[in-house]
Amino acid sequence: MKIGVVTFPGSLDDADARRAAAVAGAEAVALWHGDADLHGVDAVVLPGGFSYGDYLRAGAISRFAPVMETIIAKAGQGMPVLGICNGFQVLCESHLLPGALIKNDRRKFICKDQPLRIENNRTAWTSDYDANHEITIVLKNQDGSFVADEATLDRLEGEGRVVARYLDENPNGSYRDIAGITNERGNVVGLMPHPEHCVETLTGPSTDGLGFFTSVLKAVVAS
Amino acid sequence: MARVVVDVMLKPEILDPQGKAVHGAFGRLGFDGVADVRQGKRFEITLDGDATEERVAEIRKAADTLLANPVIEDYTLHVEGDQ
Repeated sequence: MKIGVVTFPGSLDDADARRAAAVAGAEAVALWHGDADLHGVDAVVLPGGFSYGDYLRAGAISRFAPVMETIIAKAGQGMPVLGICNGFQVLCESHLLPGALIKNDRRKFICKDQPLRIENNRTAWTSDYDANHEITIVLKNQDGSFVADEATLDRLEGEGRVVARYLDENPNGSYRDIAGITNERGNVVGLMPHPEHCVETLTGPSTDGLGFFTSVLKAVVAS
Repeated sequence: MARVVVDVMLKPEILDPQGKAVHGAFGRLGFDGVADVRQGKRFEITLDGDATEERVAEIRKAADTLLANPVIEDYTLHVEGDQ
């Protein structure tokens, strides 16, 4: 089982994502933005960071990287893809997920331990969580406010596609406290907080993030 | 060489924290009577030759796919000198 992690110019959390994949028991494979070949990976993580300096819009330029053409095609065929933070922005810009992420409403970079509720545990990346499982993982972002029009938000809620919601205070102005969403098929997930930083007690507030990576191992084995 | 200008603005219903920050600075600097500030992006695109209908249509396509995100932004496009 191989999990590929893409490195764009300006990615920051690619090494942690590879480490999280390895801790979960997968073989982590480094993928390069300029290489359209996915090197036989079974799933892909688009990591956090500031790809292309967030120039134009966060994720807007990365979305046209050669590796993304292959990822978009494979995601359409059911390959699991997880976009974390900047990766979530790339997924929205790629139209693999609806909506967009804009600057935090309070104009500050946020870095904190954030409680969340996992509201959809039927995706490729969340099956190891209980229904409505409450977890605490790191949130660190500048453009973290999830926005979409009312019809899109209603559809996401109606179809159970809100994967994670912020608990306690809404940290960034995201509509309806949405921290993560999935596509109709449940193989593509975008999440603003960072599960990859929360897989070992030495360096994270919890190991609550590990479930994303163990979930996808099962999803791939099952398929 | 012709120049095409694309102005991109966040849709009115989307919160603009950058505009709000600028608005706050207006007040601190004593520029009064300002009700709101919205911040956008301006792209000045210089073409190799004339701004033919086909070339401008290409730039419009670029604006749709890259320069603006229709989920959160609107844009206007004009050929410089035309207005």
